[in-house]
Amino acid sequence: MTKYECPDCGYVYDETKGAQHEGYPAGTKWQDLPEDFPCPDCFVREKPDFISLES
Amino acid sequence: MTSTVDTLGAVSQPHKEDKGSKSAWILSKRYWYWLSFILPAVPLISGYLAIETSNGLWLWFTVAVLYAILPAADYIFGTDDSNPNDALVEKLKAERYYVYIMYIATFVHWASLVGMAYVVSQYNWSWFSILGGAISAGIINGVGLVAGHEMGHKVNDRAQATCAKLVLACSGYGHFCIEHNKGHHKDVATPEDPASSRFGESIYKFVKREIPGAFRRAWSLESARLNRLGKSEWSKSNEILQSGLITIIAYTLMLAYFGPVMIPFLIIAASYGWWQLTCANYVEHYGLLRLKNENGRYERCQPHHSWNSNHKASNLILLHLQRHSDHHAHPTRPYQVLRDYQDVPSLPSGYPLMFLLAMIPPAWYAVMNSKVIEWAGGDMNKVNIDPDAKQAAFDLYHHPRSVDEAA
Repeated sequence: MTKYECPDCGYVYDETKGAQHEGYPAGTKWQDLPEDFPCPDCFVREKPDFISLES
Repeated sequence: MTSTVDTLGAVSQPHKEDKGSKSAWILSKRYWYWLSFILPAVPLISGYLAIETSNGLWLWFTVAVLYAILPAADYIFGTDDSNPNDALVEKLKAERYYVYIMYIATFVHWASLVGMAYVVSQYNWSWFSILGGAISAGIINGVGLVAGHEMGHKVNDRAQATCAKLVLACSGYGHFCIEHNKGHHKDVATPEDPASSRFGESIYKFVKREIPGAFRRAWSLESARLNRLGKSEWSKSNEILQSGLITIIAYTLMLAYFGPVMIPFLIIAASYGWWQLTCANYVEHYGLLRLKNENGRYERCQPHHSWNSNHKASNLILLHLQRHSDHHAHPTRPYQVLRDYQDVPSLPSGYPLMFLLAMIPPAWYAVMNSKVIEWAGGDMNKVNIDPDAKQAAFDLYHHPRSVDEAA
């Protein structure tokens, strides 16, 4: 499963974990996140900025 | 050949100073950061002196510390251009010691507020002395917002996030973490941001936009998060309400134990805490503007979108908040490793003196407007201008430097 990394702070979005606190439950697919989904750690990078990490 | 666009777009770099005495100084700061819990204790010490000497003027002492002693210390001790090198950054980041200082500060902030409440309510003071005590408590509440700011960015660290809520609750500003992390950092240096001040906008006009705008933005962000979780915005998971509840309980207890003088005391202390934040927001991005890319998104916040001050004394008490460019570039970077940047917009003094200046709009404009114009290369289209001041600003100052001139 593909993971996506925030290019600023290094946070990794893992679809199997989601971003629970922000209201995106485990299993939320990357394509189902809104375009303005901000990095849930630093909040200064958004979905289009994230880098895909091949697994 | 360098156009103004290139000048603005150039990526600023942190200083690379890391050897010998610099590194000794950086390491010695671990003790200087104790100021983060010593400063909040100042009202307790001044309260004690007021009681011992029966002189209520001591209750004003903290006001003198912020607006006279700290600006003087900034003047005397000058600036601090030392940056930790990469190895030292990793070492300093890993040390929990720096977080423990924040926990102690959280405790001292509450002790200070309750202590000052005790002093003003249990002895006979003139209204003037009580006012001094309340403003002093307010100043410390403002310093508490800096501690809350530092810990509030560490969203993955439960203990720090909780302490942030606790310390922000001193002044009832619990919505700050959400508003600041998700709102201000996203919209900073754009006309959409209620927490970025505009060229030609006085602080008294700014505050009327900032305080309600910040609260509305925080509430809407938190409601959206709770809705995604399938919860009501009035649920107990609402982090604004959680912090607000701490404030309500604490203030009610103080009112019950210390009597009706708590009503003016707490209102003034909380408001003055908020005012400190307004002052900080006002000076941090005045007039600076991020431009839009071709795709319609704002360019990323870069180091030149924040005003910096590298004054030693005020940076030590404000957890390097004044190294604001690095903070906006890397919001999760902890205070002990924030770096000084070269070639970024710089304030002529630390925040304490700049706050005073901001409160006197003609003096503020006299010092800062030319700096903003210089920053924008005379092109007022690149400045975040108050709409009411726009025409005048263009008439008076719009002289974009041509590419040839700038070269």
